[in-house]
Amino acid sequence: MTTSPPTHVRGYAPAPAGTHPNLDWPAYRSTELRAPKHRPILLPHRLTEVTGPLLTGPAGPADNDLTRQHAGEPQGQRIIVFGRVLDSDGRPVPDTLVEVWQANAAGRYAHQNDNWPAPLDPNFTGSGRVVTDSLGNYSFTTIKPGAYPWRNHHNAWRPAHIHFSLFGRAFTQRLVTQMYFPDDPLFPYDPIFNSVPDEAARKRMIATFDLDATKPEWALAYRFDIVLRGREQTPFEEPHA
Amino acid sequence: MPELTPSQTVGPYLALGLTWPDGHLVVPEDAPGAIVVHGVVTDGAGEPVPDAVVETWQADADGRFDHPEDPRGGSGFRGFGRCLTAPDGSWRVVSVKPGAIGDGQAPHIDVSVLARGLLDRVVTRIYFPDEQAANAADPLLATVPQERRSTLLAVPDGPGRFRFDIRLQGEGETVFLAV
Ligand SMILES: [Fe+2]
Repeated sequence: MTTSPPTHVRGYAPAPAGTHPNLDWPAYRSTELRAPKHRPILLPHRLTEVTGPLLTGPAGPADNDLTRQHAGEPQGQRIIVFGRVLDSDGRPVPDTLVEVWQANAAGRYAHQNDNWPAPLDPNFTGSGRVVTDSLGNYSFTTIKPGAYPWRNHHNAWRPAHIHFSLFGRAFTQRLVTQMYFPDDPLFPYDPIFNSVPDEAARKRMIATFDLDATKPEWALAYRFDIVLRGREQTPFEEPHA
Repeated sequence: MPELTPSQTVGPYLALGLTWPDGHLVVPEDAPGAIVVHGVVTDGAGEPVPDAVVETWQADADGRFDHPEDPRGGSGFRGFGRCLTAPDGSWRVVSVKPGAIGDGQAPHIDVSVLARGLLDRVVTRIYFPDEQAANAADPLLATVPQERRSTLLAVPDGPGRFRFDIRLQGEGETVFLAV
């Protein structure tokens, strides 16, 4: 064991323009008072940024099957959501915690602030956790969430989606996103989906139906690969004391 | 090569997916040397933000990370804290004061804030008020305009307590960092 910190830190590559939404996006009204007005100041990557929590817990036994968390089975279309977590260098991201949450089949969240007139399902909470394996693979079972209305503008509906939260292996890799379903007719009208400027990037949030992964007479399957930032090509020269 | 997955907001129901009973406990409340870092998240109207999550990442008291990229090896220190904001916008993390890493930076905690209305996380850093010499030599603080630097400094709030308010927008807007 050495006693000095590394003097050279290899940082993580920035996202190409258009990949992530701009925080200031008036079509999504809640950004109005929450998006910072100042431009962010560059934080060159040092040891704090290239390390990060390597958490595998608190994933419990039923955490990767959202249909088995209650006495009975939830209503709705049973689905398997699976994929790989990679970095943009093509390397798998192993042993990383993936947290998911979603509405029930009727489009209602089991959350005290969601009061729209769709039924709650006593057999569905809608939160799950899964840890990727050594090759970056994850898989969980759930039911297909419904679309739901929100008050952003007149007759606003969110396309069906599942929220995903990932840590990766470094502070710089942290990502929260939403997975959408193919061919949703609500895509053109959703300011959150359309906050991603680049059309090709936007489409990477849409899962693909995968017939080979369906379980006959049990569940449909959707594949959703998630790509986190990869490394800079050259090490950052750390000016140190 | 695979291309990046875009960021999206956590939305209003983040508590469903991101609540951990011990999320705010980087160390137990009664751990030796435990400190409390707490504050309020407010918006551009000065109103509390009740649907945000504040996440912290830091070195241990000796300035080390329990991570393979720290060649000094780890101490088993979790280093990570997470606290959802309460209806009054408040958050609170129990941890230890990070040591200096030894690379010329002052002791600091990296912070992510995610919320409804934020389409991507915002990142900031907490520095400590009792580290004046180290702060004066810190390479990141040197790049922050003097008049905004104080937004990155925790405020002493009694023994072992530091206050760090996060203003997303407007007067006294917190300095956010591009990572
Ligand atoms: Fe949602």
